[in-house]
Amino acid sequence: MALLEMEDVRKSFGGLQALSACSLEVEEGSIAGLIGPNGSGKTTLFNIVTGYERIREGAVRFRGTAITNSTPERVFALGIGRTFQLTRIFTRLSVVENMLVATQRHEGWLRSVLRPAGSASEHRRAMELLDFVGIARLADAPAGTLSYGQRKLLDLACVLVADPSVILLDEPAGGINPTLIGLLAQRIRELNRQGKTFLIVEHNMEFVMSLCHRVTVMDFGKTIVSGPPDVVRSDRRVLDAYLGTEEADGDEAP
Amino acid sequence: MSERVVAAAEEGQVVELRRSGRRPRAVANGVRAAAILVALVVLAVFPLVFSNPAVTTIAFFTLVFMTSTTAWNGFAGYSGYIPLGHAVFFGTGAYTLAIVAQDLHMPGGYGVFWLVPLAGAAALVVAIPFGLIALRTRRHTFVVITIAIFFIFQLLSFNLGITQGSSGIQTPTPPWFGGAFNIPFYYVGAVILVLSIAVSWFIRRSRFGLQTLAIRDDEDRARGLGVQVGRVKLVGYVISAIPVGMVGALYAYFIGQIFPQSAFDPLFDITIALMAFLGGLGTVSGPLLGALVLEPLQQYFTVSDPSYYLIAYGALFLIVILALPRGVVPTVGAWIGNRRARRAAPSPAAAGEASGGAPGGTRYAATVRSGE
Amino acid sequence: MASSILKAVIDGVLTGGVYALMAAGLTLIFGVMDIINIAQGVLVVLAAYLSYVLSTQLGIDLFVGLLITVPTLFVVGVVVEWAFIRRLAGRERTAMSILVTYAVAIIIEGLLIRQFSTDYVQLNAWYVDRSFRLLGLYLPYIYVFGFALAAALLAALYMVLYRTRFGRSVRAAMQDRSAARLVGVNVERVATLTFGLGVAVTAAGGMVFGATNAFNPNSGYDLISRLLTIVILGGMGSIGGALGAAVFMLTLEDVVSVVWSPTWSTLVFFAALVIVLSVKPTGLFGRAAARAQ
Repeated sequence: MALLEMEDVRKSFGGLQALSACSLEVEEGSIAGLIGPNGSGKTTLFNIVTGYERIREGAVRFRGTAITNSTPERVFALGIGRTFQLTRIFTRLSVVENMLVATQRHEGWLRSVLRPAGSASEHRRAMELLDFVGIARLADAPAGTLSYGQRKLLDLACVLVADPSVILLDEPAGGINPTLIGLLAQRIRELNRQGKTFLIVEHNMEFVMSLCHRVTVMDFGKTIVSGPPDVVRSDRRVLDAYLGTEEADGDEAP
Repeated sequence: MSERVVAAAEEGQVVELRRSGRRPRAVANGVRAAAILVALVVLAVFPLVFSNPAVTTIAFFTLVFMTSTTAWNGFAGYSGYIPLGHAVFFGTGAYTLAIVAQDLHMPGGYGVFWLVPLAGAAALVVAIPFGLIALRTRRHTFVVITIAIFFIFQLLSFNLGITQGSSGIQTPTPPWFGGAFNIPFYYVGAVILVLSIAVSWFIRRSRFGLQTLAIRDDEDRARGLGVQVGRVKLVGYVISAIPVGMVGALYAYFIGQIFPQSAFDPLFDITIALMAFLGGLGTVSGPLLGALVLEPLQQYFTVSDPSYYLIAYGALFLIVILALPRGVVPTVGAWIGNRRARRAAPSPAAAGEASGGAPGGTRYAATVRSGE
Repeated sequence: MASSILKAVIDGVLTGGVYALMAAGLTLIFGVMDIINIAQGVLVVLAAYLSYVLSTQLGIDLFVGLLITVPTLFVVGVVVEWAFIRRLAGRERTAMSILVTYAVAIIIEGLLIRQFSTDYVQLNAWYVDRSFRLLGLYLPYIYVFGFALAAALLAALYMVLYRTRFGRSVRAAMQDRSAARLVGVNVERVATLTFGLGVAVTAAGGMVFGATNAFNPNSGYDLISRLLTIVILGGMGSIGGALGAAVFMLTLEDVVSVVWSPTWSTLVFFAALVIVLSVKPTGLFGRAAARAQ
């Protein structure tokens, strides 16, 4: 049984069919890639899995249990974390405060009101993670002063705080420099070795092909091919999707 | 450290400078503790030094508004949702005291003050359904809903039998009078104020407070990090209602009579909003400062001519929002921070640059910067 | 009873038309600019006072006076937009606009109190207190004239929005401001003119309001709370929704005041808002966009 499954997911906005017949399985302990031309529905699929969009048809399952049309809060509590295409951090909080926002497991709301944020152990964990992604030095800086790349790292670190079992990354390598991309890939591999499962949407082919165990290609709201990177790379339909559908560029909700 | 102060101040927020060197932190804490102590002493002895009833009356109203603004800011300033219906809680508190005192035939005296916490509880009870409805909507619709619900309550107070309509309700007459009449009210108000500030300060430090601030910055992202935004907003909203209900009750007892138009005053919310904005929304000290400056002014204007008061108030509000949108406290904070930074560093870099590329950073972080 | 309910329905539809006009201005401003104009209520009162001055001091007929009051209110709107609204920027713009226009509202209220005191006045003309018989019911002329005026102005507004170049720019800006800017729409100018237009319609609304109700400078609060209710129920930014909601709410209010009591009819107005929002936070006609927020 796959850890995360999407089965025949369909979604339309107004009259526009954004997703039709999307099926995807992510095996536990794997790094899965999701690629496709702009507007093919990758982010929409992410939004559906993480509870930001509702669907009428199709199903999303996590560890065999349906989580279709759940809420972002619940999805996160189950152990599915995600980052956003355009990084979203809390710009007016400090970096370390960003890290302390995520709910801790087994903490009631009353406790969250009554206790100061960040016990010593939480603080240590936050600093460890910031150190892991390489921005521990900026812990006390307001997050709004971070550069774009640093924001991406913080975004990832925030998700890691609650120790999710699956992490969905939406274009983690978009708009950051090659050195940083290398480091990011290394960090993802490391987390993967520790048992974390990844699903990554990315345009950077090299990044995806070198990192992922399995790659799925989407086009026009459909998953068309799925397989190991080498197989996908040489698939005729993938080439068609990338070369023949320039006009398919549409707006993709962040 | 100074860059951080600048950056923090530039963000218009009080960012706690945790773990930033023992010595400055200890000193800053010492200064803060001393300032708080001085403020408490001033608060305690003020009516003894300035015992003129005209002055203590103004002082009492100032306490009422400092409390209301602090409580309001504890929700609005932290969450970014601007409620304009907190007069509902003020009125609920006022009527709770008046009605209960009347029904129990309470004689005037210190005993009536025990109804003040009850009024806070009544505000809490009203705030839950109010918040449940209003907080379902988006940010700007929320503002409008709170205004609408306010008008519902005003209307109810005019028409319900229990509030005795526009003839109002008398509250018990205290047995003390003369020059010291205001003193008990002043001290009860001072206690409520101190409690409200403590709550506001406490919330700012809790994870709940952080989550509220996160909602202000990006509500969707907060949900994605497991923050139960609906619950956080509701709890924050309800907490902010309680002190307002309490001072509403105190006000009713002080004035001696309560009417729909004074209990549910449409200017109440715009007044406390202005105080919070003037001082600095989302800071603890800003709203206090705002109320401290504006309430005595308001008392003065109301006595002279209410229409001047409206014009002056509106004009001041426009000036504050357009010219000083972050409020006095953050603006002054940024200014002081800038001066310090200039003195400390010979070539001041922009705040963001400085905190990103400070010397001594790891090679890795330097790479990040150079790549941007 | 049946005939008094019928009368209430007709009254409700007629006054609903006038409220629809005022609410259309409010919702148009919101749709184009994401600005909520709290001053709309007091601007209606200002317009009513202008009509009052024109008719009592200069003897100008209320409807003729609109030739002066409509352009005046348009200019007031343009000035307010230019002086205050335009200077708001950033993510909190909508919330800030509420505070700014609230401030503008209390300034205008203060000025009106200085000029006219808080005594109630009402506009007067031959058609204000005369009625005619239709289907066995007495209908006041002013209600019918007011409704006709509102309908004509709404039609004119429709023509402006759907038949002119400016209207196309307005609609483009309503859909997506940055996209509109990309295709060459001068969004700032559209915003200013829209604000002027949205405020200008209050001139007509104010005249009819002032002729059908006694008013004073504080009347703005009651008006704005009703207008906001209508606009929210109609789904913010939807003109059609505002029209539907205005007619529905005013009819409901009039019917309740007949079958129950006038005291409680206003409450029904707000109760409907609360009930609708508990069920459907986007309003009766709003799109299901709330979840994303």
